[in-house]
Amino acid sequence: MPFRLRRGAYALPAVFAVSALGLAACSSGGDPEPSGSAGGAETTEAMEPVELSFLVDSTETTVGIVEALTAAYTAEHPEVTFAIEERPQGGDGDNIVKTRLQTGEMSDLFWYNSGSLFQALAPTKTLLAIDDLPNAGAISDTFKAGVTADGSLYGVPAGTAMGGGVMYNIPLYEELGLEIPTSWDEFMANNQAILDAGDAAPVIQTFGETWTSQLFVLGDFANVLAVDPEWADKYTANEVKYADGPPAIDGFTHQQEVFEAGYLNKDFASAGFADGVRMVASGEGAHYPMLSFALSELQANSPDDVANVGFFAMPGDEGDSPLTTWLSAGIYAPATTEHADAVKDFLNFVATPEACDIQTEAVGAQGPYFVDGCTLPDDVPQMVADMLPYFDAGNTQPALEFLSPIKGPALEQITVEVGSGIRSAEDGAALYDKDVEKQAQQLGLEGW
Amino acid sequence: MTMTTTTSQTGSASAWPAEPEPTARKRRGKKRSPYPMWFYLPAAIIYIGLFVVPTFTSFYFSLTRWTIFDSEFVGLENFQTFFSEPFLFQSLIHTLIYAAITSGLKVVLGLLIGVFLSSQIIARGYLRSVVFFPVLVSAVGVGVTFSVLMDPFDGLINKSLAVFGIEGPGWLTDPNLALYSVAFVDVWSGVGIATLIYIAGIVAIPQEYFEAAKVDGANAVKSFWNITLPLMRPATTTVIILSLIGGLRSFALIWTMTNGGPGFSSDVLASMVYKQYQAGFYGLSTAGNVVLFVLVAVIVVPLFWFLNRKEVDQ
Repeated sequence: MPFRLRRGAYALPAVFAVSALGLAACSSGGDPEPSGSAGGAETTEAMEPVELSFLVDSTETTVGIVEALTAAYTAEHPEVTFAIEERPQGGDGDNIVKTRLQTGEMSDLFWYNSGSLFQALAPTKTLLAIDDLPNAGAISDTFKAGVTADGSLYGVPAGTAMGGGVMYNIPLYEELGLEIPTSWDEFMANNQAILDAGDAAPVIQTFGETWTSQLFVLGDFANVLAVDPEWADKYTANEVKYADGPPAIDGFTHQQEVFEAGYLNKDFASAGFADGVRMVASGEGAHYPMLSFALSELQANSPDDVANVGFFAMPGDEGDSPLTTWLSAGIYAPATTEHADAVKDFLNFVATPEACDIQTEAVGAQGPYFVDGCTLPDDVPQMVADMLPYFDAGNTQPALEFLSPIKGPALEQITVEVGSGIRSAEDGAALYDKDVEKQAQQLGLEGW
Repeated sequence: MTMTTTTSQTGSASAWPAEPEPTARKRRGKKRSPYPMWFYLPAAIIYIGLFVVPTFTSFYFSLTRWTIFDSEFVGLENFQTFFSEPFLFQSLIHTLIYAAITSGLKVVLGLLIGVFLSSQIIARGYLRSVVFFPVLVSAVGVGVTFSVLMDPFDGLINKSLAVFGIEGPGWLTDPNLALYSVAFVDVWSGVGIATLIYIAGIVAIPQEYFEAAKVDGANAVKSFWNITLPLMRPATTTVIILSLIGGLRSFALIWTMTNGGPGFSSDVLASMVYKQYQAGFYGLSTAGNVVLFVLVAVIVVPLFWFLNRKEVDQ
């Protein structure tokens, strides 16, 4: 009967039912010893058939991973089925997730970013704490840091680590005899060589989709930390600013330099993400600053060129640049879920090496996983192969959004302005510093 | 004397018999409406619950930093942020520019097309429906279509210009042009309504005026200037008010065509408010809405009063 209510046309009673149960779930979660065994596989025999709703973003990789994981889980637990629901990416998607969480209408499971975006969900009030998962210990501490609030764990990793750096066209590099740049000066020298050589655009930018414009700044963060390891903490405490000058402002300055040198593709203002990936794959452009998850776009739309695209860390002024890395997304459950036990059992399953293999099989190897015991196959795509040495050598740093809850919403507009010559790097950095103030105040941080 | 006051008082309920004891009715009519009070209750509850209460709570919440769980009173800080941050304030300027351009062009073009389409021309009915057709298409559909047409390299507009050897600008990607391009599309899609109102106004002018003017030797320009234009004042007032309000709060077209970009160059109040909401700055976005509310009220109310007063004077 409760299932009829949830699916049926009786929206209002359903809201009440869901929120009432949500409160119940909250209070029982707070008990030191929950009655019954939570999350263990042995509970499944007592379970009645349940359908868990699952909200995911609509990218191909995400949907592929979630479909594979849920199918594998249902194969083992036939009484648990899933209803996958897709949402848009980006700001609109954030809106949907926040609104549904705050009104108590969130699906039983959902896929969302870790780090600062996760913190902005007010996790202690809206999400189901999962500290009691039997496999919680297998999740890497790096990832846990990105999905923990007030000492409680809320998510399990799904997908792989990503790097934020520069995709480059290998045939072009071979043709011109160029070396992988490890410092900004080498990078600019390569750009000049490519510009002199002919038709290819040295640097691809795609401001038709504004989020793609942020990589010069966000991907440069490992270089900032290399100079000042405490930068993120000082930033959160309102002690340092982007506009203070190097190293933090370098990302903005570099973006301005690239524009002013005339290195951009001519349609930089209107091209989109898919265009950017296509251009770097075909050699129309040499470099595309991007997150390594662009690999799935590459595999989907330029399958013949996957081996032609390599990847290196965003070069910084100091040389030997470390790779800025992004944590994978997480799978979370809202505090309002009616099926806390079933949900936890599924989350527990996601945090196993078996689940990693299922993901690799579904969408290919995209990067290293965050669960102990997970392995990658021997033949990985070129971009992943280029990325792994950074991880193996420990030459990585997390992106700022995993070290500080502060990320201003207008960064992508500001980097579009800096990257297309509308605003200078200094102005852009100063404007962004004002933008993050609002975020810090909204989060109620001290010192703002 | 008493009879006239009585009828005017109970004028809305014309079915009521007015004959018996007019003086008594007059006394009662002053205090009571013909309907019992509880008749108004359902409408009052809906109106208060859905309009009055939210309006006043939004005034309050614009003074706080809030989430759905709690709110912190911060005084006028949100408004201070709003007016001190360059791109927030800029959106206010853009809103005014956008509203002025779209409203002005709709009045001028609507009037000209209206006059043209009410003259004796071939295929008049067909042409009228062609002008009105864009009004029926959803703003999002129009926005998506035009952002494809206005693509700087593959768009139909610049490809057509290239045939004549002209290199078209980046209509939506040039920061100096984007706002005007969107305003142009807004005019294209909205001028049908203005035209319709003008046609209705022109048709309502008695033909005798034109005949009399003709007898006096007036040509077409003179009778347009001295008859059509002055008698179109009520229609003009309606068009100005409607298009101005529409322009001040426009969102869908801008959002689908430029997302407020490039950078912030085509951001208007409504898109800014939406972005602040998206970012989770609920207090700031409520403050933005209050600014929008005040702006519309400050511009439209005096304008409405001014335009209508002129009408009465004549």
